[in-house]
Formats: sequence, C-alpha cells, structure tokens
Amino acid sequence: MVTASVLGIFAHVDTTLQAIRDLRAKGFSDLTVYSPVPVEEIEEEVEKVRPLSKVRLFTVVGGLTGTATAFFLTIWSSLKWSLVTGGKDPVSIPPFIIIAFELTILFGGLATLLAILVLGRLPRLRPSPTYDPRFTVDRFGVAVACPADKAESVKALLSAAGAEEVRR
Amino acid sequence: MSAPPSQAAPVTWADVNRDVIRTVGMPGERYFAWMCLVALTLAAGIAAWTWQIWVGMGAAGKRTPQMWAMYITTFVFWIGIGHAGTLISAILYLFRAKWRTSIYRGAEAMTVFAVMTAGLFPLIHAGRMWFAYWLLPYPNQRYLWPNFKSPLVWDVFAISTYLTISVVFFIVGLVPDVAALRDQATGVRKKIYAAISLGWEGSDAQWRHYRRAYGLFAALSTPLVLSVHSVVSFDFAMALVPGWHSTLFAPFFVDGAIFSGFAMVLILLLPMRYLFNWYAYITDKHLDAMAKLILVTSLVLTYFYACEVFTAWYSGDHFERASLFAKASKQYAWAYWLMYFCNSVVPMVLWLKKARTHVVTLYVVSIFVLTGMWFERFNIIVPGLGFDFYPYTWGTYYPTVTDTTIIIGSFAWFFILFLGFIRVMPSLSIVEVKEVLPHPMKHGAHGGHH
Repeated sequence: MVTASVLGIFAHVDTTLQAIRDLRAKGFSDLTVYSPVPVEEIEEEVEKVRPLSKVRLFTVVGGLTGTATAFFLTIWSSLKWSLVTGGKDPVSIPPFIIIAFELTILFGGLATLLAILVLGRLPRLRPSPTYDPRFTVDRFGVAVACPADKAESVKALLSAAGAEEVRR
Repeated sequence: MSAPPSQAAPVTWADVNRDVIRTVGMPGERYFAWMCLVALTLAAGIAAWTWQIWVGMGAAGKRTPQMWAMYITTFVFWIGIGHAGTLISAILYLFRAKWRTSIYRGAEAMTVFAVMTAGLFPLIHAGRMWFAYWLLPYPNQRYLWPNFKSPLVWDVFAISTYLTISVVFFIVGLVPDVAALRDQATGVRKKIYAAISLGWEGSDAQWRHYRRAYGLFAALSTPLVLSVHSVVSFDFAMALVPGWHSTLFAPFFVDGAIFSGFAMVLILLLPMRYLFNWYAYITDKHLDAMAKLILVTSLVLTYFYACEVFTAWYSGDHFERASLFAKASKQYAWAYWLMYFCNSVVPMVLWLKKARTHVVTLYVVSIFVLTGMWFERFNIIVPGLGFDFYPYTWGTYYPTVTDTTIIIGSFAWFFILFLGFIRVMPSLSIVEVKEVLPHPMKHGAHGGHH
C-alpha cells in the first residue's frame, strides 16, 4: 500500500483540536501533532488513544538501582576495610542512608534523561519530512499518514477544520 | 536604570521568539569591555592559584587552628547561591507558580555556574589538586580507607549529584528553546544549535515524554536541593567544635542558601532586564515576589540566629557560651555584627511595598545580603575554629593576597560563564513564557494557562 503524508498548518489551538477530532472520526489514526509549547487540550485529545508515558518506569528503576548500588558500595567496602572507629560497627546503616539517598536521586535523574532520549527517539539526525520551522514559533501542525488514494480527502478535511496551509 | 516603557500591545508568541532570539548573537563593544575586565580578574585568580601550588598552602594563610578559612567559607557561599535556581526551577514548578517562568532560565544557569564555581574550592583547598580523585571513596589498592561515615564523603556525593542533576535539568529545559534558535539561525550556528537541540521538533510523541520527565526531574530535584545544603551543614554539625555541633544547622544552612541565592538572582536579572529590554517579561510582579521571598527567608534566618544565641545560653555549656561570647566581642566582632546588620536589619526595608519594586533599592539590598551571607559562613568557620575548647590553640587568621585573589577570581570565573551563556543561549525560556501567555484561539479566546 502506498502511503502519503499530508500536513496541515494551523494558527490556533481550537482549530488544531478540531482537525484531530475530525480525522479520528474518519478513521485516520496515524497522526503527528507539532506544537510550539505543550498544550493541555491537545495533549488530552492525543493521549486518549495512548498508554501512559513510560518515563516514570525508567525513573523508578533508575532510582532503585541507585539505592541498591549505594548500599552495596558502602556495605561491601566497609566489610573489606572493616576498621572499627568510635566503637561503631563498620557496617553502620544510618550514615549509609545519606549516600543511598544521593545515589537514588543521581541514578533516577540519569535514567529519566535516558527515558527522554529513548522514548522520544532523540537525538534525531534528520528533520522529519513533515516538520516546518514555524512549529517552534507560533504554528501548530497535524501530519497524517494515510493511503495515497485518501490524501485528497484528508486535505479537504484539514482545510475544512481551519488549516492555514495544507500540503503533501 | 530608567522606568519601564509601557507595553501597549499584548505580547504574542512570535514576540517572545523575537525578543529572546535578538539577545543571542554578536555582542557590542561594551560587552567585550566587561568580558576583558572579568577575564583579567580571572587571570589574576589563576596566577594566585599557581603561586599557591608552587609555594604551598602557607600562601593561603593556613595555619592552626584555622586550617579551614576563606576557601571553605567561599565554597559554602557558592553552593548556597545555587539553591535559589533549583528552588525556582523545581519547587516553584511543582507548586505551579506562574511567575517563575520568566526568571527560571537565568536562575538555573546561575545554579549550574555557581556549583561549578563552588566545586573548584575543595580542589583549591586540598592543595595538591591533582590528587582530587582521592576524594572519591571507592575500594582501591592505594591503602586509602573509603570511610562512608565521614560527612566530608557525604558531601562529595551530595555535591556531585547536585551538579550532575542541575546540569541535566538545565540542558533538558534548554532543548526546545535551542530548537527555536536553530530554526531561525543560518550557517554554522544553525548546525551547532541543531546538534544541541538533538533535532527537537515538538511533536506530540516528544512532548508527552518530555513533559512527564520534566515533572519527575522537578520531583527529584526538590528533595535533592534541600539535602545538599543539609549535607554541607553536616560538615560542621557532625564535628564537636563549639558553635558547630548543633541540630539547627541543616535548616539554618538551607534557608540562608535560598536567601543569598535570591539576592544573586536579582543581581543578575535586573541588569539583564534593562539591557535586553525585557520589561514585558520580568515585571514588577516578579520583583515583588522575589523581594518577598528574600524578606521571608531573612526573617527565618533571624529566628535561627536567635535560636543559636538562646541555645548557647540555655545549654549551660561553658564552651558554647564562651565561643559565642568570643565571636561577638573579640577580634572578629566586626564580622559578627556586620552579618546581623546585612542579613537581619537591611532586608527589613522590603516590608515597604515601594521598596520591593524599586530597582536600586533591590540591588543595594541584594549586595548587602550577599555580603552578609558570605560573612555568616566566615563567622561559623574562622572564629569557630579560632576559639576552641583549649585556649592554647586559640588563634587569629589573617587573609593573604593569594587567597583573597583566588576568591575574587572565583567571582570572575562565575561571571565569565554567565556572561558567555547569555550571548549564546536563550536566557529567558521561550517555551515556558509562551505557555503562560494566552493561547491563540480562533473562536472565543479563553485566557492563558489554567
């Protein structure tokens, strides 16, 4: 099947939303929405058909790895260098909690960064064909991937929703 | 600094892009003149450091009992400066305080550069800084004991985590803005910005992960920022030195850090607002909010000062009382009373509504606050070590040309980073400022962000 991508450029939040709803109603679900800032209304509409972002999974796994690493590092080294100071057991958990806390945050943060890169497919070496530089200023874009023979009807749909510009 | 020009037309999204992007690029002569001055000061600092490495730590006036002196004072000072940036970028983000949007980028840059400045001091202070990796406690074959019970080791973990997470948070925040810069740049600059922006396009798939991650960064940074200065305070509070060994130290340090950090934010943002003509973005409302935070943190700090004095007296401990008495009346008394004046008396002018939006007043108050906060750390460290349990070890520390020059040089290092940053990167967040402006609607506009 030959696919085409059609891009509609919008100047307003409400017209963009209208286009997304209309396209969905007609069964076009392969949409990419570009926006200069995250807009709650658009996000809600797009998120309806998607599972929740998995970023938090990365964060929690990273964080717990940090906690485990810290306790392993501190307890294991204290056992290897088991010097008794101040009459305290070489393995004294309370001071190790501080290290564990810091490494939880460190690993959790780095895992979150990894999540942005992995899940958001970054870095992107080449701009996508439907990208337009106006999307970082004040224009919204709805790109639709559809069978080539449906392209004309998608174009009409985008224009009807209020797109300023429609192109293939 | 003249009065702001009145803004007749409401700011649009395209205006934000234009107003931020015009600040990036080839600067004028005045900028280079300032840069030269800062670079010369930095060169003096580097020369002094080289001298110190050459002749030894005696050049820094280090002798018993004050083996910790101005370097550790300045280290704590710079770590503290960083705190306001994280407060604005993380804690106020979680509270959805809209006024943070136009100041957070500058404040976050300040945090990163302040922590980078602070990070130099343990190296300078340690003397043989090429052995700095000895600070990292990992099991080794060098007969070095990795002592995880030492507060100085906790500090290594806290500071390096803080620096890493601040840098990551800062760069992640920059990505969509650098993409905006990329889209209007040409030639080599376009390529560089394209690389830094990671090819960001603002597609729904990118935003949804980005937004969630941003919230999680804020959630991770909030406890982190509170922990960092607490851990720094443990460097003192875990020791038995009179005046240091107190459970008050953690909140006392965190509050002081935020207090001085906001003063530094004002010192950096007021000239930027004037020079970049950002009156439409950094309004009197922002100044008022920051001034109120300075006032509140000043009052909290004053309360802690009172607690410190009360505890020393009420403890009945002879050494606590003697240490406090010595601080307030012996050779360092001037520094002690200067601290009270700068931190507890001067900020009281901010009770006046007019003073909270008056640029010159805010600037002067901020300079007093920074001075006061530097002396607070000085008063903890230098007289604290100077009047220990044993009169035989009492002593006076005299600053030297070497350590003073290095400390002045550290300010130059901070400003060179900051001045460089504001000319190559958006120092006002394009995305976040646009987010709180009314969104463009065709039918029935509804105002702004909820």
